[in-house]
Amino acid sequence: MLGRLSFADIPVDVPILVGTFAGVAVIGIAVLALITYYGKWGYLWKEWFTSVDHKRLAVMYIVLALVALARGFADAIMMRTQLALAYAGNPGYLPPHHYDQIFSAHGTIMIFFLAMAFMTGLFNLVVPLQIGARDVAFPFLNNLSFWMTAIAFILINISLFIGEFSQCGWLAYPPLSETQFSPGVGVDYYIWAVQLSGVGTLLTGVNFFVTIVKMRAPGMTWMKVPVFTWTAFCACVLIMVAFPVLTVVLGMLGLDRYLGMHFFTNDGGGNQMLYLSLIWTWGHPEVYILILPAFGVFSEVVPTFSRKPLFGYATMVYATCAIMVLSFLVWLHHFFTMGAGADVNAFFGIATMVISIPTGVKLFNWLFTMYKGRVEFHATMYWAVGFMITFTIGGMTGVMMAIPAADFVLHNSLFLIAHFHNVIIGGVYFGYVCGMNYWFPKALGFKLNEAWGKAAFWFWFVGFYVAFMPLYVLGFDGMTRRLNHYDNPAWHPWLLIAEVGAVLVFCGIACQVIQLYVSIRDRNLPQNVDVTGDPWNARSLEWSTSSPPPIYNFAITPHVHDLDAFMHDKENGIDTRGAGGPYAPIHMPKNTAAGFMVGAFSLVLGFAAIWYIWWLAAIGLIGVFATVIIRSANQDVDYYIPAEEVARIENEHSRKLMVQAAE
Amino acid sequence: MAHDTTFHDAHSDHEHHAPPTVFGFWVYLMTDCIIFGTLFAVFATFRNQYAGGPTGKELFEISGLAMETALLLVSSITYGFGMIAAHKGAIRSVQLWLAITFLLGLGFVGLEINEFAHLIGEGAGPDRSAFLSAFFTLVSTHGLHVSCGLIWIVTLVVQLSRVTEISERMMNKLTMLSLFWHFLDIVWICVFSFVYLGSMI
Repeated sequence: MLGRLSFADIPVDVPILVGTFAGVAVIGIAVLALITYYGKWGYLWKEWFTSVDHKRLAVMYIVLALVALARGFADAIMMRTQLALAYAGNPGYLPPHHYDQIFSAHGTIMIFFLAMAFMTGLFNLVVPLQIGARDVAFPFLNNLSFWMTAIAFILINISLFIGEFSQCGWLAYPPLSETQFSPGVGVDYYIWAVQLSGVGTLLTGVNFFVTIVKMRAPGMTWMKVPVFTWTAFCACVLIMVAFPVLTVVLGMLGLDRYLGMHFFTNDGGGNQMLYLSLIWTWGHPEVYILILPAFGVFSEVVPTFSRKPLFGYATMVYATCAIMVLSFLVWLHHFFTMGAGADVNAFFGIATMVISIPTGVKLFNWLFTMYKGRVEFHATMYWAVGFMITFTIGGMTGVMMAIPAADFVLHNSLFLIAHFHNVIIGGVYFGYVCGMNYWFPKALGFKLNEAWGKAAFWFWFVGFYVAFMPLYVLGFDGMTRRLNHYDNPAWHPWLLIAEVGAVLVFCGIACQVIQLYVSIRDRNLPQNVDVTGDPWNARSLEWSTSSPPPIYNFAITPHVHDLDAFMHDKENGIDTRGAGGPYAPIHMPKNTAAGFMVGAFSLVLGFAAIWYIWWLAAIGLIGVFATVIIRSANQDVDYYIPAEEVARIENEHSRKLMVQAAE
Repeated sequence: MAHDTTFHDAHSDHEHHAPPTVFGFWVYLMTDCIIFGTLFAVFATFRNQYAGGPTGKELFEISGLAMETALLLVSSITYGFGMIAAHKGAIRSVQLWLAITFLLGLGFVGLEINEFAHLIGEGAGPDRSAFLSAFFTLVSTHGLHVSCGLIWIVTLVVQLSRVTEISERMMNKLTMLSLFWHFLDIVWICVFSFVYLGSMI
């Protein structure tokens, strides 16, 4: 009846998990009780969960990302604490069985649910507004993508309390991840969570690709597209090419485990190196999927706060496209030690180093944008400048490892760990937080508190260096990754320093939470409210509409005359909004529960398949198909906002603008 | 074509623009193409990994394959007639052609299941060797796509029975299924050439 699930699978004997469960349960019940007390269920369901509005989905994605950050960081600081303790005979407080699950979950959550969700949130918030569109091409699929990501994250967290998570690292290399060595449910949780979130990501990629190709405002030719949208576009191309490969390779691992096939097993003619090759065919483009939009954020923030157009727009676009192509030519550098031979390794080593050229172009473009600009050190600029320094160092250590001979020493050492945290924290995370600070008023209508934002930056910035620079040293000293305990006395001081760094990063996250709290508390203060919709005197179209934008974004589709369309209009006295009309009725998609339902049935399917509860899996699968078919037959999917309503909303905004101007 | 008007609409101010659905679906199909491309690459890697088990030459029979191929190719033609009828607005005729397409597709899936059952009965199932794992995965991925296409055909035939004229949205759906169906045909030609003929020669 319940497959292989039994009460013995609930880890009541692990005090840390029982404590975590109690904490999660208390917080969860408190949140649910508060929502019930204030009678907000209907509001949440109608206005958020079923919403197809890209701006609402953006907020939900970023909330999801921040929850994932909390979970992923809890894993991180537990690992650092274990390694600070588990030295010279002391086993520490995390047995290997538990520790291995933590490092696997940490990597999986940080990449798939922090970084990818944060990135998709920024796409949702910015791309349609930046190209002057009223929504994405497929609003329903957009909602569905969100729910696939959300339920996959729920699934991964269920593994905390029912069963176990994978102990095979964030990429689940075989043969360790095969049934022979990992007979439990951990790897199955990993496979299903990543596969289900992958559906969401792939749909996002297609959706935003089509949106950018087909729905740009009139006049916005390709070389007038803002750089953030360009980077989103290239990331979507990478998603569409790379994620199907991930789907296939994890599917094959699943077939090995569920049907006893022999793709990656030791016997039966299987080949583990094929897994590595395929997973990195996805995995290397994946890191560029994450970093390109971060580059896009900086390309918006740096010109705005330097009060200058972006230096070298065209080269920025070409560099982005070059990175997009090159990202598919380097995957083998993840396994130089496989023994492919000197010629092959040399090709991939050189290809890897070549990527630093377009990346360098970008860095110089940002620097030259600041050069002779009137740079305003807003909190977002702290993240941007901190990124430029940190990412450059991370890039250089990457070039070091691109030398195959050096990689034979550094492979799978803590040097590698330091390198990729150097580029992912210093690049991706700094970039997304920078973007969140920058676009926050656009999403919610008020600014984030700057003082706490700067405090968060300093803790993150210093904390990052204190936590990860010692790992470079430890890598040179021969410490490999994923160690549970060690005996070498020379390593211990460095790991204590790294622990201090993790605590500093914790303070940074705490500052971010306080920043959110303070900003929401003070949201009605005059200096915080964004009346104009353009709080930074910025350059691109998303700032031409109100904050938060009306549901239709633009009452009148803007016409683009130049790169930096909104700045061009401001400088030439053109009213981008077309205030006063005449307005026409606006065609909008209706909210739908179908995305939520498909997500819920997929969660049932995934959970049941993990535990071999086949009847339940069948219900989940049939539910998915039935929902899609019913949705397909539904004719009532759209509505018109009458012209009078549009005029009322627009005139109200115009009135606020005049009051603001009069003050 | 429906999506051409969509494209022009996107550039006019006051006219609402229907989403570029067909283009989007075509883009999605290209990602599907990468799934098949990867599976072909995997098959190429494992084509000689018999692990002491049977080879393709010993297992595959040309007669059943020819039948499967004929059914699928003809079903593409019948779907094409269905699209011609749809452009004329002849709903009953569209339903008839879709029903014929469905039967041909069903025949294809039936023959494939029969072949698989036969192979597994001989002890040449997907767990026998890496070669057979790759073979079964590639071919059944195609077969699952065809099966989803069959469900889709039924859905559209039922939806068509409830309308009096073919709306733009319905035309988009028929066009997308058309792309899907022809795409699967092309994939099958590659399966037939590289997997079956390649193993038998």
